[in-house]
Amino acid sequence: MLRQVEGSRAVAETVARCRPHVVAAYPISPQTHIVEALSELVGSGDLTACEYLTVESEFGALSACIGASAAGARAYTATASQGILFMAEALPNASGLGLPMVMTVANRALGAPINIWNDHSDALSQRDAGWLMLFASSNQEAVDLHVQAFALAERLSLPVMVCMDGFVLTHAVEEIDVPGQDEVDAFLPPFRARQWLDPDEPVTIGAMVGPEAFTEVKYLMAHRQLRALDDVSQVARDFAAAFGRDSGGLLRPYRTADADVVVVALGSVLGSLADVVDELRDEGLAVGALGVTCYRPWPLDEVRRALREVPRVVVLNRAFAVGSGSILGQDVRLSVPAATKVHDVVLGLGGRPLTHDVLRRLVLDVVAGQVGSDTLTFYDLDHQRVATELARELADVPSAGGAS
Amino acid sequence: MSTTPLKLYQVGTFAAGNRLLDPDERTVQSSTQRASSITSGHRACRGCGEALAARVVMDAAMRAAGGRLVTVNATGCLEVFSTPFPESAWQVPWLHSLFGNAAAVASGVAAAMRATGRDDVRVLAQAGDGGTVDIGLGCLSGMFERNDDVLFVCYDNQGYMNTGVQRSGATPAGASTANTRPMGAGIGNAFGTGKSLPRIAMAHEIPYVATATIADLHDLEAKVEAAMALHGARYLHVLVPCPLGWGSDPSDTVRVARLATQSGLFPVFEAEHGTVTRVARIRRRVPVEEYLRLQARFRHLFGEPGRPDVVAALQAQADRDIARFGLDPEEES
Amino acid sequence: MKLDVRIHGRGGQGVVTAAELLSVAAFEQGLHAQALPSFGSERTGAPVTASCRISDLPIRSHDPISQPDLLVVQDLTLLRDPVVMAGLPEDGTVVVNTNRDLADLVHGGLVVGPAQRWVTIPANDLSRQLLGRPVPNTALVGAVAGMTDLLSPEAVATAIRRRFAGLGEEIAEANVRLAEQARDLVMTTTAGGDVRC
Repeated sequence: MLRQVEGSRAVAETVARCRPHVVAAYPISPQTHIVEALSELVGSGDLTACEYLTVESEFGALSACIGASAAGARAYTATASQGILFMAEALPNASGLGLPMVMTVANRALGAPINIWNDHSDALSQRDAGWLMLFASSNQEAVDLHVQAFALAERLSLPVMVCMDGFVLTHAVEEIDVPGQDEVDAFLPPFRARQWLDPDEPVTIGAMVGPEAFTEVKYLMAHRQLRALDDVSQVARDFAAAFGRDSGGLLRPYRTADADVVVVALGSVLGSLADVVDELRDEGLAVGALGVTCYRPWPLDEVRRALREVPRVVVLNRAFAVGSGSILGQDVRLSVPAATKVHDVVLGLGGRPLTHDVLRRLVLDVVAGQVGSDTLTFYDLDHQRVATELARELADVPSAGGAS
Repeated sequence: MSTTPLKLYQVGTFAAGNRLLDPDERTVQSSTQRASSITSGHRACRGCGEALAARVVMDAAMRAAGGRLVTVNATGCLEVFSTPFPESAWQVPWLHSLFGNAAAVASGVAAAMRATGRDDVRVLAQAGDGGTVDIGLGCLSGMFERNDDVLFVCYDNQGYMNTGVQRSGATPAGASTANTRPMGAGIGNAFGTGKSLPRIAMAHEIPYVATATIADLHDLEAKVEAAMALHGARYLHVLVPCPLGWGSDPSDTVRVARLATQSGLFPVFEAEHGTVTRVARIRRRVPVEEYLRLQARFRHLFGEPGRPDVVAALQAQADRDIARFGLDPEEES
Repeated sequence: MKLDVRIHGRGGQGVVTAAELLSVAAFEQGLHAQALPSFGSERTGAPVTASCRISDLPIRSHDPISQPDLLVVQDLTLLRDPVVMAGLPEDGTVVVNTNRDLADLVHGGLVVGPAQRWVTIPANDLSRQLLGRPVPNTALVGAVAGMTDLLSPEAVATAIRRRFAGLGEEIAEANVRLAEQARDLVMTTTAGGDVRC
């Protein structure tokens, strides 16, 4: 039913309709509204047969989910920013053990400096942890991706991260169709674990593996990840058939046909980008946008197909690899012909708004040849402030003799 | 057919396999019907106190749980020596996740069992002292404070033996380890304030806290049974000598454990809801020196010139705990 | 049709709730709407901003409103901050919570654009009378509804009742009356024609 509701609340209700057995909760902004709402749903009896664990840390939260999943239960947690870093040790453990579970990441910057606002540094820092990573472009998609995520996790026996922009989506109140219990029940069968800690048939989970078999185990993991691309597409198709709307899948192209410039991005900026694309198309510029919904596994072939004929690609990075370059941009570069100009742009860090005007100006600047394609461009940088600080730092450099 | 004569060293001890006792007084381990939760053939060192303790604990817990038991194991010696892929010594469902999260993983398992209506399955978490008192303390404290239905067993061998014998928060003062060598005027591991996890557990006022050693397997089994008869968070701290890390003779493992208790350095007691309910009084009190001298990690404290001051300080620690817990044999009437 | 509203207030004044109420009322009216708090680590009393987009077309963007059609200023002292007026077009509308009248504010140095519509509303006083404490947000929501023809009193009442259901019927109904009073007051003032300078 379509309702005007906060994104976090809608996600919490949707998660509840997926009937998790164990919810592990630890507060961190901007994820807190989700687990708060879930505690209400458990407390009020709307969500039954669910243990709501208030753990002592994010590390404990993910660890509890690992235990719960290994014990054959459907497990859920949510986090953001420093929280996902605090989980970092347990992330590849969950995926390495092949334990299905779903985690919401309310995307937020990483400190220092401490910053509670939205960018993608948190999730992208864990891109190699072996989790499926799905990015929501809207709250409706965030809701829908959670239903799909449980289906995918359990079909593949892998953990799935649903990333939604912190505050921008989690705290936005808008019209969202929260799936009904019957619909979700029909789509998502009860969880049957591939292997679990069954006293009747004891298994050893998490044994030590030496050099004689480690590579093979890792290869099989990678193989299953890549196979997951088919499942992501299939589950999205099944979802569309069951719920009557397109959500999820690998990519979300918008007016990319015959485009001279395509902007590639993750997350909620896709909405504003679509507005900008429409506006510029009306003005005669052949512009399109490509949302990456499934970031891990990386849909190499699909991105390649989508961008093959596009001469200029702008990659909107909301996180970057310090000392190296872009993150999303590197994935895109691997997926386009060598002749394609890839304008790798960092902007919208730590909550700096990605307004309609900024996005429009970015595309126009790219078209006008004012944005390079060989280096990473910090597009919304305050150059004056940086220049002043750099000058001061240079002036402060101690002489070669050091302190005397 | 040849016969093996009964070895008389068992007489007068309460060690495993004492078949001179009445059947109902024998340990679980002496029964041919024991669960064999950990089978033989694992890769523990000879004389490993932890392997012995884990076998006794698991079998007693399995019996108490009617075979409906799941165990979570922190990273450490026990995990490594029992599961070199593709082998496993475990006959019970066993899960290893990470070093510091065994308590939280076990909480998750217990929650899962409750939520899915399998409350009959009991959960036992195991870790060494590193996984308990150091890296695992945050998760463990959370499990205690929530009173999650988990029995957490710490096999305390007083150091990071799996990584090559480095100090942990449970390493005694004066011990030489790979990163507390007595160099120059150094004494080995420095005197800090110490960290008593059993007393930290008691501060959480959880239903049951106990300490035990592998010198008294009857006592160890009884404590596992007592813990398994209760629900909520329970903690069992078992002293397990490590011949490798302590520099003791593998054949002395049980003896060293006994001297730890009889010297007063390792108080054996039970507590319920934060209050000590029972202590194992020392039967024949010995000076700490008798315990220390069996271990190469304390060798530098003896000989010429030796460190009688350090030995005296350790004796003072023992005396303090004997007084604190009322372990003195003299007081027994 | 679209109306972009930006609300400025202080932590504790219900700024975020006001944006949510507007969006729910618009949704009840069959329109598309989106309330966006610009959350920080603000504490009680610190400046807080929230936005509400209302449109007859589905809303795709999620960026904060930089060019509002209508500004709500929940605390007069905030007008000193240039950020508050930023992006308001020449023909924009401003609703200010104060018991002073506009002429008095202009006399005190307030600069009002020639094509702008300004209205003052004593939301704190109204709230004190009906709720016993100065929480201006529902009154200002009523005022916004009165300043535009978008939101019916019924839609506003539904939004308020739903939002305050957990606080008991008495409080919810008092807030409904508060919004209605503010709406009536604004419409009377607007009819009097003294809001345009």
